[in-house]
Amino acid sequence: MSSETKKIKEPFVRIIKRDGASIGNKVLIRALAIVLALVVDAIFIFAVTGLNPISVYGVMFNGTFMTSIRFSWALRDLVTLLCIGIALAPAFKMKFWNIGAEGQVLAGGLATALVMVKCGQSLPTPALLLVMFLASIIAGGIWGLIPAVFKAYWNTNETLFTLMMNYVATSIVACMTNIMRGKASSLGKLNMSTQAGWFPQFFGQRYNINILVVFILMIVMYFYLKYSKQGYEITVVGESENTARYAGINVKWVTIRTMLISGAICGLAGFLVVAGRDQTISTSSAGGQGFTAIIVAWLAKFNTFYMALISFLLVFLSRGAAEIASAYSLNDYAASIIEGVILFFILGSEFFINYKMVFRGSKQKEVQE
Amino acid sequence: MEYAIQLTNVTKTFGKVIANKGVTLNVRKGEILSLLGENGSGKTTLMNMIAGIYFPDSGEIRVNGTPVEIRSPKDAYDLGIGMIHQHFKLIDVFSAVENIALGLEKKEKFDMKVIRAKAKAICEKYHFDLDLDQKVYEMSVSQKQTLEIVKVLYRGAEILILDEPTAVLTPQETERLFAVIRNMKKDHKSVIIITHKLHEVLAISDRVAILRKGEYVDTVETKDATEGSLTEMMVGKKVELNIERTQPKDTVKRLSVSNLTVYNREGVKVLDDVSFDAYGGEILGIAGISGNGQKELLESIAGLQVTAEGSSIKFYEKGKEDKPLQLIGKTPKKIRDAGVHLAFVPEDRLGMGLVGSMGMTGNMLLKTYGAGRSFLTEMKGPKKMAEKVREELEVVTPSINTPVSRLSGGNVQKVLVGREIAEEPTVLMTAYAVRGLDINTSYTIYNLLDEEKRHGVAVVYVGEDLDVLIDLCDRILVLCDGKANGMVDARTITKEEVGLLMTNLRKAGAQE
Amino acid sequence: MSTLIAWIIRAIPFGTIIMFGSMGETITEKSGNLNLGVPGIMYLGGFAGFASSYYYEKLSSDPKGWICVIIALFAAIAASAFGGLIFSFLTITLRANQNVTGLALTTFGMGVANFFGVFILNGASYTAAPLAYSAFSKKIPFLSSKLGIVSKVVFPYGFLAYAAIIVAIVLHYFLNKTRVGLNLRAVGENPGTADAAGINVTKYKYLATCVGAGLSGIGGLYYVLDYNQGIWATTGQIEALGWLAVALVIFTTWKPLNGIWGAYLFGMLYWLYQFLPNMLGVKVAGYVTDLVQMVPYVVTIIVLVVVSFRKKKENQPPESLGLSYFREER
Repeated sequence: MSSETKKIKEPFVRIIKRDGASIGNKVLIRALAIVLALVVDAIFIFAVTGLNPISVYGVMFNGTFMTSIRFSWALRDLVTLLCIGIALAPAFKMKFWNIGAEGQVLAGGLATALVMVKCGQSLPTPALLLVMFLASIIAGGIWGLIPAVFKAYWNTNETLFTLMMNYVATSIVACMTNIMRGKASSLGKLNMSTQAGWFPQFFGQRYNINILVVFILMIVMYFYLKYSKQGYEITVVGESENTARYAGINVKWVTIRTMLISGAICGLAGFLVVAGRDQTISTSSAGGQGFTAIIVAWLAKFNTFYMALISFLLVFLSRGAAEIASAYSLNDYAASIIEGVILFFILGSEFFINYKMVFRGSKQKEVQE
Repeated sequence: MEYAIQLTNVTKTFGKVIANKGVTLNVRKGEILSLLGENGSGKTTLMNMIAGIYFPDSGEIRVNGTPVEIRSPKDAYDLGIGMIHQHFKLIDVFSAVENIALGLEKKEKFDMKVIRAKAKAICEKYHFDLDLDQKVYEMSVSQKQTLEIVKVLYRGAEILILDEPTAVLTPQETERLFAVIRNMKKDHKSVIIITHKLHEVLAISDRVAILRKGEYVDTVETKDATEGSLTEMMVGKKVELNIERTQPKDTVKRLSVSNLTVYNREGVKVLDDVSFDAYGGEILGIAGISGNGQKELLESIAGLQVTAEGSSIKFYEKGKEDKPLQLIGKTPKKIRDAGVHLAFVPEDRLGMGLVGSMGMTGNMLLKTYGAGRSFLTEMKGPKKMAEKVREELEVVTPSINTPVSRLSGGNVQKVLVGREIAEEPTVLMTAYAVRGLDINTSYTIYNLLDEEKRHGVAVVYVGEDLDVLIDLCDRILVLCDGKANGMVDARTITKEEVGLLMTNLRKAGAQE
Repeated sequence: MSTLIAWIIRAIPFGTIIMFGSMGETITEKSGNLNLGVPGIMYLGGFAGFASSYYYEKLSSDPKGWICVIIALFAAIAASAFGGLIFSFLTITLRANQNVTGLALTTFGMGVANFFGVFILNGASYTAAPLAYSAFSKKIPFLSSKLGIVSKVVFPYGFLAYAAIIVAIVLHYFLNKTRVGLNLRAVGENPGTADAAGINVTKYKYLATCVGAGLSGIGGLYYVLDYNQGIWATTGQIEALGWLAVALVIFTTWKPLNGIWGAYLFGMLYWLYQFLPNMLGVKVAGYVTDLVQMVPYVVTIIVLVVVSFRKKKENQPPESLGLSYFREER
């Protein structure tokens, strides 16, 4: 009788938590993810259009860098996205899922636009800008505050709450623009004749104020989160509420204060969009950036400088895709696809940073650290 | 001899931590085997590998003589193995019968009426008192455990593993459980009980297997074993605790708790009219079966619990002995702002005492980050403090900025205790300060506490090991069912007397 | 009265779209996965259904309605389930964050649908699949004509409107009365417990998410081929519908039967601006209609808040909603 003994196998692959990958590893894994994503996108481009992907990527590059105007547009889009990302950082660090940036931006933008229209004639420019600024951060702050209060006191699910708040804001903006435009078919630029409340231009660049404000914000937020007492509180609350209570931190207050800040900066982004970019308001003023910024903030792990890098990558893609669209008479939505694929790959790559896989039979060879 | 389970050379590691190393262990058919070992000796991990929760890194498992792969709990069930975990694996919003129906064999028809009838029959056979339609979130701990056992029996398990089943039970409930286990043995089922309570081991089991630091020591017949011999195998040498205990001197009243009553979220009284005083220069031990109000007691003093009306906690700060401060109604921050030096080493180290993602420096800051007017945190002091704690307590860490969650349990505790002591407290409270720590680190902690006592600190030590409580403390307050069931002198009391106070509530009026 | 009937006739098809969307998301969320990619998935479903029937009509010499229905349904379910598969792979196998992955999926789905949509449109602002429309909106014979007012209000819709109700009832039965449904709920409540009970958590999460996505995709299909009369137009409409479907899941407190009336209520609320003033004989300005659009969301917020006030265990979201499960984590 030659009954074979049943062979005991290890699982084909086992997953083990890493004790923190080295910086080099992290960079390598992420770079690899982006390259892989670009390859997948290249296959996609070739399959659909039959165009040479390399030259298509070359054209994409032109979308951002060919002329100084385009570069300035890219910077403008970058700072808008980055600004919202910065706004989300403290909330996410506190593990408060603020999915409501879109609505908070709209709230801030709407407040800005209303002040522009109502006080455009009566206030001198500096005062007008100041009032617009204040109105935007108050409006955005309130929009962030409402879900925070319910979360703090009744533990209402903030992901779903903030998500719903987006559409409430959209409706209000639709309503207000409808009133403001009156009988006209569209709202058009606000204060077209007087340009009251428009950001002045410096050095011939239209978006210098936006860029400057967000640049400062990026640095301030970095230090706020890392070195301030409030930033410390945010970290502790995000890590464990019990530890926070033990340390004497007022968890409710920190939750509310942080969302107030998060919402207010979103509102500020709305201010920058309305006063510095569009000079008008519509339901698409936030343009989905509130959602994209969530991904930016998450991937950057709350480091505002990384956020700038990731924002740049995404803006580069979308401007590049717009360029492809016009060069090959395709359409802008290619950008969403390419962006989506790259995001999938980056999201997936996090796994290889946090975990390592041990394949069957390979563990004898594994180098002991 | 027929074996139900044979483990050969089983090893399991988590990252750099070795939980089990080359364990070889046999379980006979129809026996009650106790798996004995200290906290952290790898008992639960080993059993989890039989139950399919973990998969061993290497080694062989045989069930009824056949080598098997147990990759999932389902595999375990198929082999007739059922485990009752310490943290119950029940779905809160499901009823009892729904929990029983969960994950049943496909070949069994899914009919709630049939399942209920069968479950009811099991309940009647073993005299379980269980309402099959009750939702789990409405059940008491002992009801939940009963449900777990019914679940496993329903699946016709031949091998039952119980992970510290008596930790949460009253003596009566424990007796009932043991009766059930003996009944199961009569049915020729094999039962493995994970425990570290010696008297239970001797009372219930046929054989005892001992683990120490993840390694297998030996298996002995219970009839040949004594508490002494088992303890020796468990800890490796005869327990001469040898804790340095100094005579209390210059004792000053530091803390006066009176009529403390606390209700938990479900409205159950978890502390019932507890009164005691703690003095500087002594260690006050608090004994009791876990879950008898120890946690709530310390948290009330630290300002983390809502207390019932009539409760009073007076704190006598150094130099202000004539002006005691009422702590009831104050938040931790208010308590600190009032100039009270109260240190608290909570049971849940990484979930309450420390911030896992921060390094030692960041953690040193936890209670003092708010000091000063500056908007920014002051980092120099905490950095120095971290260096000092690292050096004095010999914390093993790559750097003072390495997240503390990556450190081993003992080092985590050193960081926590180090911080609390560094604040030069008037009162120092510790909850299960040595749980999960190795002997050496435990002694480091005992010596630290005794040193604090010699400096005139009032130390409150909540512990579970009676030997330690008796050898380390000066007085012991015994909690039972949320009530203060006696304050005894640790120097004269015996272990048995404390044990009795822990399990038997004295008649009302017998309070001293 | 006639206004009320007109209102209901408008509200029910609208409700049907989001009912499909929310039933799918309910299955997904019951497994503990919070998939915020519903809008993207509905885009994928709607587009795949449209494109497949469009090309079938165009290429076949003798296109038949029933084949059209089968092809469109198959394509829609396959495409949206594929979206669910991407989400599952990233969040379950690679343990990526669910919120972020869902939002990326929404971006991706919208991109794919609109990119190829424009390809098919080829310059025109919309294009139509008339045969598919007529097949999907075909009324039930007899019932839709012979019962007077009942025919007019209850039976003037295509078969998918009734299918949605059946799906909701079946789903209720499935979740509460079957073995698999019980196991699925356990996975969403407490995957550790489910795992210990011998349930393959990964398999359940994958299946629930993909099946749920496929079901949500039918909502997109219904929108394009029935509600929107077989017309594909590049608008953001589906996105708003997708978020309404997510809202509806919360509104129903994760109970499919509530989804039936909840969906129609949302439909009534959505069309309120057009019919209610008429019924009351008042005229309202255009901006009011914009404001009324937020009512479903406000109602959902109120439900969310009330549920969190009352803390009744049965009405809470699945306990482990939004969390990844990793057995050996410690």
